[in-house]
Amino acid sequence: MSATTAMEVNVEARRILAVSISKLYASRTQRGGLRLHRSLLLSLVMRSARDIYHSSRESEGPSGAQPATEEPMDTSSNPGEQTRLSEPQQEPQPALNSAEMAPEEPDNTEDCCDGEITEDKENLSPTRQSRKRRGKASAAPDFLPSKRARLEPGEERYAAPLGSCRVGAGESLTTLSLNRVIPAF
Amino acid sequence: MAGPGGDMQWCFSQVKGAIDDDVAEADIISTVEFNHTGKLLATGDKGGRVVIFQQEIENKNQPQFRSEYNVYSTFQSHEPEFDYLKSLEIEEKINKIRWLPQKNAAQFLLSTNDKTIKLWKISERDKRPEGYNLKEEDGCYKDPNTITSLRVPVLIPMDLMVEASPRRVFANAHTYHINSISVNSDNETYLSADDLRINLWHLEITDRSFNIVDIKPANMEELTEVITAAEFHPHQCNTFVYSSSKGTIRLCDMRASALCDKHSKLFEEPEDPSNRSFFSEIISSISDVKFSHNGRYMMTRDYLSVKIWDLNMENRPVETYQVHEYLRSKLCSLYENDCIFDKFECCWNGNDSVVMTGSYNNFFRMFDRGQRRDVTLEASRENSKPMQVLKPRKVCAGGKRKKDEISVDSLDFNKKILHTAWHPQDNIIAVATTNNLYIFQDKVN
Repeated sequence: MSATTAMEVNVEARRILAVSISKLYASRTQRGGLRLHRSLLLSLVMRSARDIYHSSRESEGPSGAQPATEEPMDTSSNPGEQTRLSEPQQEPQPALNSAEMAPEEPDNTEDCCDGEITEDKENLSPTRQSRKRRGKASAAPDFLPSKRARLEPGEERYAAPLGSCRVGAGESLTTLSLNRVIPAF
Repeated sequence: MAGPGGDMQWCFSQVKGAIDDDVAEADIISTVEFNHTGKLLATGDKGGRVVIFQQEIENKNQPQFRSEYNVYSTFQSHEPEFDYLKSLEIEEKINKIRWLPQKNAAQFLLSTNDKTIKLWKISERDKRPEGYNLKEEDGCYKDPNTITSLRVPVLIPMDLMVEASPRRVFANAHTYHINSISVNSDNETYLSADDLRINLWHLEITDRSFNIVDIKPANMEELTEVITAAEFHPHQCNTFVYSSSKGTIRLCDMRASALCDKHSKLFEEPEDPSNRSFFSEIISSISDVKFSHNGRYMMTRDYLSVKIWDLNMENRPVETYQVHEYLRSKLCSLYENDCIFDKFECCWNGNDSVVMTGSYNNFFRMFDRGQRRDVTLEASRENSKPMQVLKPRKVCAGGKRKKDEISVDSLDFNKKILHTAWHPQDNIIAVATTNNLYIFQDKVN
């Protein structure tokens, strides 16, 4: 794969990641609360975009490699997914009469992910620069409502171990989001 | 020009709802359902309101009759609520309406929002009592000393009044958002399904329900699929199906065990690797599942296609119909504008020979299974002269656009038809655009 194609795929994957994250944000304020089905589909797309983003960065060269820390998630990235690298950049982008566009400026995609990491403190992991108290609150996702879900009878609160939220210095924003979306339910 | 069903020609009959383009969110239609005879047609909207139309037939004895649906009853089914524990607003939007088969003079339907199901009784009153001994006509009590004789009150005719009253409220049984309800053929029970669980209710009992399916993983981080729709078999009261976001359908037999987590049959078509894309998982999510009237087949709707499954064959559908294949190359844009999350429904005609589903640009599609023909029609105010025949539409996927064709890029993705319904016996269909309900009927009928 040529470096240019990998670059295009990289940009496309990051753009889709940005769009997905903004959709997740928007769904917070939706009437009726977070929708599990929609959140699951968003997280699937984000996971695919992240996998493609990482593999296209690896193919760019070792200098651009991310730290190897992956959380114990069911990533299910199989070799078949590698063939999708060419997919996003081939899809044409016609001007469709769309409903509300995702509130994300396309111009921002280049440094959107990096920008969000440094500027958006709310999204940071609890292990660094968190505004929230440690302990119980640190198990709760940062960008979702701080009230925790009501437990059902017989259910125990699942405390997300800090190990599963291993966020290294260079970790992408998206791995954080994916880890937190579904457990919030 | 012959269309599906032989010489069927669809004509405009009526349109219900406001004309102006500025659509109030509360008026957005969220569900459409004929009752078992087709005489009543119910719609639910985002504002929690239910409107029921009743069919009035002119020239009933003649083969070519015109029928009209007029407003029969309107009532507020659900109100917005607030869950204080989770700090969440519960939308009043009506997700589904299902009619109960008629047992007496009154009509009953189940309507549900995200969390609560209600049983409504719709009854007619066309007489009122008059001539009470102790009360005046206005309801004030008479002075007993003035009463010198006794009489029997009589019922006198009055203008027809249709009353809707909530008879049962089935609440607090769903943690997640209810997507389906289905009345059992035993006429005593029904199921309600949310993203992760399916509950079985008795129509008379509101304070408890049985959980029959639970796919919630112990660790929510391992969640890979959710329940998207569920329905009871039309004749076998022990059988139901539920579809998933992964494109699978599970058929369960309630006789096998109390908790039907283990399916009796799993219907799944292997994915075509050449169609694999970034958004494959989203578009394979099933948005609707419907049994055929004869109970031998079921139909599923995913984002791009309609599939018919034979209940005896699990490994692939017997028929697949492409609804709008030209959208496959636009999935990225449809993801950005949220259209890829649209949940289209589908329906069978009375004798299971034709299936129908909606699309964008206020188009809807019909597929004739026997004649292997399909047609695209449009619900629009421009084609709404009485008995105007609908002209088939065509979308030009690429290349040179012929006259009368519409190019994919000109489609209006804000105009979507998610809900359609087919009269159980006749060729009369109800098609819901954003806030209007169109009724079409076959010219010959």
